[in-house]
Amino acid sequence: MDFDFFFNNLPQLTITGLAFGAIYALIALGYTMVYGVLQLINFAHSEVFMYGTFATLWTVWALTGSGGASGMQLVGILLLALVMSMLTSALVALLLERVAYRPLIKRNAPRLIALISAIGASFVLAELMGLRDRVTGWFGLDDTLDRYVSGARINASMSGVVNMPNVDIFGIPVKTVDLLVIGAALLMMVVVDQFVRRSKLGRGIRATAQDQETAALMGVNPTRTIQMTFLIGGLMAGVAAFLYMLKIEVTKFDVGFLLGVKAFAAAVLGGIGNLRGALLGGLLLGVAENWGAALIGTEWRHVVAFVLLVVILLFRPTGLLGESLGKARA
Amino acid sequence: MLLEVEGLCVNYGHIEAIRDISFDVPEGSVTTLIGANGAGKTTTMKTISGLRKVRAGAVRFEGKDITNAAPYDRVKLGISQSPEGRRCFVGMTVRENLDMGAFVRNDRKSKAYKDDMDRVLALFPRLAERINQSAGTMSGGEQQMLAIGRALMARPRLILLDEPSMGLAPKLIAQIFSIIKEINEQGTTVLLVEQNAAQALKAADNAHILETGEIVRSGRGSELAGDDSVKAAYLGGDV
Repeated sequence: MDFDFFFNNLPQLTITGLAFGAIYALIALGYTMVYGVLQLINFAHSEVFMYGTFATLWTVWALTGSGGASGMQLVGILLLALVMSMLTSALVALLLERVAYRPLIKRNAPRLIALISAIGASFVLAELMGLRDRVTGWFGLDDTLDRYVSGARINASMSGVVNMPNVDIFGIPVKTVDLLVIGAALLMMVVVDQFVRRSKLGRGIRATAQDQETAALMGVNPTRTIQMTFLIGGLMAGVAAFLYMLKIEVTKFDVGFLLGVKAFAAAVLGGIGNLRGALLGGLLLGVAENWGAALIGTEWRHVVAFVLLVVILLFRPTGLLGESLGKARA
Repeated sequence: MLLEVEGLCVNYGHIEAIRDISFDVPEGSVTTLIGANGAGKTTTMKTISGLRKVRAGAVRFEGKDITNAAPYDRVKLGISQSPEGRRCFVGMTVRENLDMGAFVRNDRKSKAYKDDMDRVLALFPRLAERINQSAGTMSGGEQQMLAIGRALMARPRLILLDEPSMGLAPKLIAQIFSIIKEINEQGTTVLLVEQNAAQALKAADNAHILETGEIVRSGRGSELAGDDSVKAAYLGGDV
């Protein structure tokens, strides 16, 4: 074990871990809210995230041109990329709800059936992106869109577009991108948390999560409420995708798989169905795997993350905060 | 006629929960359905509020056919329910529960809303004392008051009360029934489902007796309360 390296770089390792964790937490919101309302694990949520990364990438590609961009122009491009990412992810999430879930929920299908439907939808969405060269080929668009569709199964990158400097905080060099990711993610989490706690729609979501039948007696439309949770989850996955691209700069059709599993683990770790649990679980997972990677080698990072999950669940089977969305401190 | 139920049949799978039930709820009345456990009272209530699908028959509200309307549309029309077992949102505060009752209304900032809130809190002073307390920490009686108050916040024309006296001490039961009377006097029509037949018949203008999914007797509340066979079967013989 490399204790020297670990202790010498502890602050940076922690901040980078928190940045990863913040991204997990934003994705975890989607899992946890849908679970809270439907008791259903939306396994296709990873693809909601993945489409967001491509929306970010393509917006940046399309707008920066060959010469690159800088200053206010770059800020404008990035803001637009964020909006595109959120819209794309939200759209995919709503589409999923409409096509893969609503028909099953209407027929009162068992949750297991919906789970299979989710896994199927996940593969379809991922492979559609992985075969985008063929799909555009059917319409004769593959030449026009060559830059966007060629190499459909390999990494696509926007590296070099955004170069953020390091800053010194108390003499420790910190990446500004990490601070931006952590700050933005925390801000979004607070917004969602307050929305669910204070707004009328949020109250409807909590009521439906706690007791769908009684919520319906109050005049809550369950279909609209479910749509709303998918929408919020999608928007947050879009933010996560944008921040991920700022930090990692590279995406691929199957990027959602590992990120999705990690975010799901974060949701379970914090207590699935619990918004603040998702944040706590995400940050904890991010920091733990980054520390573990530094201590015993990068190739062990996923092992560390999931060993942590198993150990915590052994002692706290309902997760760290273990409450449902319906409860007061959701 | 405010509510008309005509030839209603509802199944759970292959089991007939209610069979060919017909009755009316006149505007301004207190109408009660009494009967033993499993007679189909709660199923009837859930069907009126739209939670159960109808196999045959019709439900009309102010002459309008609502047999297949969604529950939330019925709340908007003016039917709200205090369900069996209270079903308060235990993770929410008393105030949030009352706000949930008014979910279909869009006038939260208005004076009418505040007046309705004040009216509910005047009916149930205990709720006023505990307005910011989590509903889950309250006693059964307080939760029952909250469930009724919550239903009133929708400003219903017709309020459905399913077993409001269940599991409550005799003193509280008397209090709940006097509040039901007060609600009715303030202009809300009441449909009451009860196992406590003695109290229900005393409070009701019209009563219907359910047995294994069918209405077996109907009449004025006072008339049924004085009937010997009803006394023997439902009132324990000593009213």
